[in-house]
Amino acid sequence: MSTMNPAMTREGEMADENRAQEQVEAPAETIIEEGTTVGRPFSDDPKFKLRNVEVFYGQDRAIKNISLDIGRNEVIAFIGPSGCGKSTFLRCLNRMNDSIDICKVKGSLALDDQNIYDSKRDVVELRARVGMVFQKPNPFPKSIYDNVAYGPRIHGLANRKSELDDIVENSLRKAGLWNEVKDRLDATATGMSGGQQQRLCIARAIAVSPEVILMDEPCSALDPIATARVEELISEMSESYTIVIVTHSMQQAARVSNRTAYFHLGHLVEVNETNKVFTSPEHDLTESYITGRFG
Amino acid sequence: MQPANLLLLTIVCVLVAYGVGYARSRSLAMPLGGIRHLKSLPFYYGARAALWCGLPALFVLGLWVAFQGKVIQTLVIGSLPQEMIPGNEGEASLLLSKISNVASGALPPSFVEAPIVDASERLQALREQSRFYMSALVVSVAVLAGFLGWVRIRPKVNARVQVESILKWVFFACAALAILTTLGIIFSVAFETVRFFDKIPITEFIFGSQWSPQTAMRADQVASQGAFGMIPLFTGTLLISAIAMFVAVPVGLLSAIYLSEYANKKVRGVVKPLLEMLAGIPTVVYGFFAALTVAPFISDLAASIGIEASSQSALAAGGVMGIMIIPFVSSLSDDVINAVPQTLRDGSLALGATQSETMKKVIFPAALPGIMGGILLAVSRAIGETMIVVMAAGLAANLTANPLETVTTVTVQIVTLLTGDQEFDSAKTLAAFALGAMLFLSTLLLNVVALKIVRKYREQYD
Repeated sequence: MSTMNPAMTREGEMADENRAQEQVEAPAETIIEEGTTVGRPFSDDPKFKLRNVEVFYGQDRAIKNISLDIGRNEVIAFIGPSGCGKSTFLRCLNRMNDSIDICKVKGSLALDDQNIYDSKRDVVELRARVGMVFQKPNPFPKSIYDNVAYGPRIHGLANRKSELDDIVENSLRKAGLWNEVKDRLDATATGMSGGQQQRLCIARAIAVSPEVILMDEPCSALDPIATARVEELISEMSESYTIVIVTHSMQQAARVSNRTAYFHLGHLVEVNETNKVFTSPEHDLTESYITGRFG
Repeated sequence: MQPANLLLLTIVCVLVAYGVGYARSRSLAMPLGGIRHLKSLPFYYGARAALWCGLPALFVLGLWVAFQGKVIQTLVIGSLPQEMIPGNEGEASLLLSKISNVASGALPPSFVEAPIVDASERLQALREQSRFYMSALVVSVAVLAGFLGWVRIRPKVNARVQVESILKWVFFACAALAILTTLGIIFSVAFETVRFFDKIPITEFIFGSQWSPQTAMRADQVASQGAFGMIPLFTGTLLISAIAMFVAVPVGLLSAIYLSEYANKKVRGVVKPLLEMLAGIPTVVYGFFAALTVAPFISDLAASIGIEASSQSALAAGGVMGIMIIPFVSSLSDDVINAVPQTLRDGSLALGATQSETMKKVIFPAALPGIMGGILLAVSRAIGETMIVVMAAGLAANLTANPLETVTTVTVQIVTLLTGDQEFDSAKTLAAFALGAMLFLSTLLLNVVALKIVRKYREQYD
């Protein structure tokens, strides 16, 4: 089963999601009781407070009554078989699902106690606070400089050219890319290697100084060396940002995250400290998944 | 037999060859234990026999038809008495048409000299002989080659490979035909253009600012000298095309943006076909819409605010032409905008850009080369458009940039030069070819540029 990112196609998404659900051959579904999550889904100092979240694609219920807290400055990893709703759930956090006509989100989703899906909510401001890095590196076909400066320009973060230069340099430094590209900021971003492109996308996301960074399988298109660089970067960034990462690599989840959430067929089955999930999972399904019995 | 009947007969032979080839391969397969023991499917054996039968026969038929007329003519003229053999080509064709008229009965034999009557009888006889030999040859070639093809069906022969390679050449021939036709058009236009420049100096044509092609038909006729300066025509063309693009580009582009970025599926499903319907309206309908509705409206409107406007104006023609071209621009741009990867949209939206910012700063620049290609194709269309301009913009070759005046275009002048009774080697008629050549060159240039841009666009992302 390919790990199709829902963001890749506009119209093929639903079909993909359905196909994926059919293919997951899991132990009987009756094991999961809807709306119950074992482990520690809630946090004392939540950045995101998500309660009874349900997502529909037309008639299909892709996310089934999920409640979860995402703590301030924590790195939380979403794992689970393809089509289990991790990406869909992630994309609710900055309302990227808005562009899909048939997608409806229900439940209460709050960022710093403000409702994300309030009809009066300014999506632009939300997305400035909640940045996102995608599965496939997607630099704009512009220069490296313009890629990083894109966000700051849109949000008017710099009054002078020199301020913008500083923002670009800082973002590239944080993304560990400055030394590689400082002499060719005017070169086209699409000419860089895949790993560099992905780090550029991270720099681009950092440049608008978000509070949260959502990462949707950020390393799935990268080689092991580039993956290591990005993981290193995630660890460094965890000091100043809240990071939510969707991944198919359990090693990656184990390396970078504080907590791990296991999704299954639209249910949130278990959330626990990463160590605990990988060493002594509480739920049978989690255990089957991490030991490779299905998925 | 007439060539057309012969063609039918050949086709029948081909079908028969296919049938027997198919049957033979099947019957050969039987003792081996089924068609899977053949190298190819029976269809391919049949097709191979059919091709063997048809291709040489058709080739012979084509050659015969192409050359028989010339050969018969030469024989007939050669048999005339010494004193009647024509001196030049013009006389020869006159004489030949006389002979064939007698032969076909259009001209009674009593009206012409005896040698011509003889010649016409000889022509008749030769034609009949030719037809007979042609039929015999073609049929025997078809039967012989078909038989050979049929005999050579063996289970070991890989007919599939042979059929495929023959088909490849058939397809190549079709492609070559299109190219040869284009070349033929270019050469005929170029040839007449050179003849035109023998009569009128090329500098006068290119730099002249007067266009009035009315010349004397006879030597003793009192008429103007005629002026062949193409500048007023090309400015007229440019003016009308510019007005058309001024209408078509913004409307087409913005509607493409709406359709691809903002409209939901339902709206798109209704609006897009409707918009493309504009391209299906015949240009002559646009023409009378422009001439009867838009042009009077514009001149009334101009009159009401105190500006003088001609009842046939460049603005009316250009505006209506612009509406006609909208679907070109919108449909091509829509395709290009849709081809921009969704990941770029997501990237921009996730950074907090609005939909219009995303459009303006990411999608439009990424799609720009493709959009430019589309616009240039639309420009070539505008330059080549005739009917609307004939009906709505008039015929007067004014050198003006005022869109409310009457202007004319290159294509319209070509039409007026070539309609009606004309002497075919007068400067007036030949001027049409020169204009056509210039028009061809300019649209060719535009198309080359458009293709270049489109090609460059392909290398943009990924």
